[in-house]
Amino acid sequence: MSLKAEFTKGLWKTIPPFRLVLGLCPTLAVTTSGFNGIGMGLATTFVLIFSNVFVSLLRKLIPNQVRIASYIVIIASFVVIVELLMQAFFYQLSAVLGIFIPLIVVNCIILGRAEAFASKNNPIMSLADGLGIGLGYTMSLFVVGSIREVLGSGTLLYISNDHPGFHVMWSSFEPFTFMLKPPGAFVALGILLAFMNLISQCQTRKGGGN
Amino acid sequence: MGDFILLMIGAILVNNILLMRFLGNCPFLGVSRSMETATGMGIAVIFVLTLAGMITWLVHHYILIPMNIEYLRTIAFILVIATLVQFVEMVIQKTAPPLYEALGIYLPLITTNCAVLGVAIINIDENYDLITAIFFSFASACGFSLALVLMAGIRQRFALVEIPKPFEGTAIGLITAGLMGLAFFGFIGLV
Repeated sequence: MSLKAEFTKGLWKTIPPFRLVLGLCPTLAVTTSGFNGIGMGLATTFVLIFSNVFVSLLRKLIPNQVRIASYIVIIASFVVIVELLMQAFFYQLSAVLGIFIPLIVVNCIILGRAEAFASKNNPIMSLADGLGIGLGYTMSLFVVGSIREVLGSGTLLYISNDHPGFHVMWSSFEPFTFMLKPPGAFVALGILLAFMNLISQCQTRKGGGN
Repeated sequence: MGDFILLMIGAILVNNILLMRFLGNCPFLGVSRSMETATGMGIAVIFVLTLAGMITWLVHHYILIPMNIEYLRTIAFILVIATLVQFVEMVIQKTAPPLYEALGIYLPLITTNCAVLGVAIINIDENYDLITAIFFSFASACGFSLALVLMAGIRQRFALVEIPKPFEGTAIGLITAGLMGLAFFGFIGLV
């Protein structure tokens, strides 16, 4: 496959967490606003790109029996870097995301890509794959976050009290606080997933059933 | 003792690790298709999570803090958990083959179950002492298993009903989990 195909497949065809049903915990937990979704997505993308490139560079050196343990060490190192960088430069965001930053280690997307892609392909391809999947993931988190934010508090792109974002709903709009609560996350994600399934079903029907 | 009972109720019902804290959702949706797999996974998680909660607490307080390397917590914990899972797998295989047959396939999956690492980190962040940490780990794991088994019970009945095509599979699972979470909301105020 070409470089471009590796990059773009992460944006729709295998977009996590919808097509690649992995990495659900952060998708549900931190998406109370679009901005948090972007923050979490970019942190994951950073780790994904570096772990993919390093796993790919070391793929001939790592013995097959201990590969999973080695991948976990590589991933954990980059997670620590992200954790420290975010505490230093984006303290507020890191306080909101909290425990889910160290938990990037066990995000199955990253280990999944290391095992399924980076361990079999060259570093450039792995970089493209990591970037594509990472940006796809960021996009999904942003969409889920924005939907919950708009319905749950009536704003879009709220960052902090200094940057309150936009009020997108009419003035008498009664926010569904349900959407900001944990059960709302499950329901929102479930409905979005169903919607994506519907779109693909329509596409296959138009494409003559393949 | 009263504190422990409150902690237990809090961790199992009020702040259920799956439905309220969103830890361990991948196995939740993955293995909740049948009752047997859900029970197996639940027992394996209770066992490993309690042990992991204890060992990571000891590692943090007796290795990381004296050596002043708390920033390596994530790496240290994930390595401890991965080793522990491997070790438990070997011990069970040697000492209790029937148990191994029942739990064997779920054990490797636990390494990447974020509930295990998550609870280990919560134990440290909340400054629990050793006994509370063990108790909290055990209670969280019980909450995980409870939600998992309940979910499996509901999902088994999906076989008998007609689900709209786009909702089949994970989508309906997520919505069910949302409704279950809403039911668990009723427990707020218990503690």
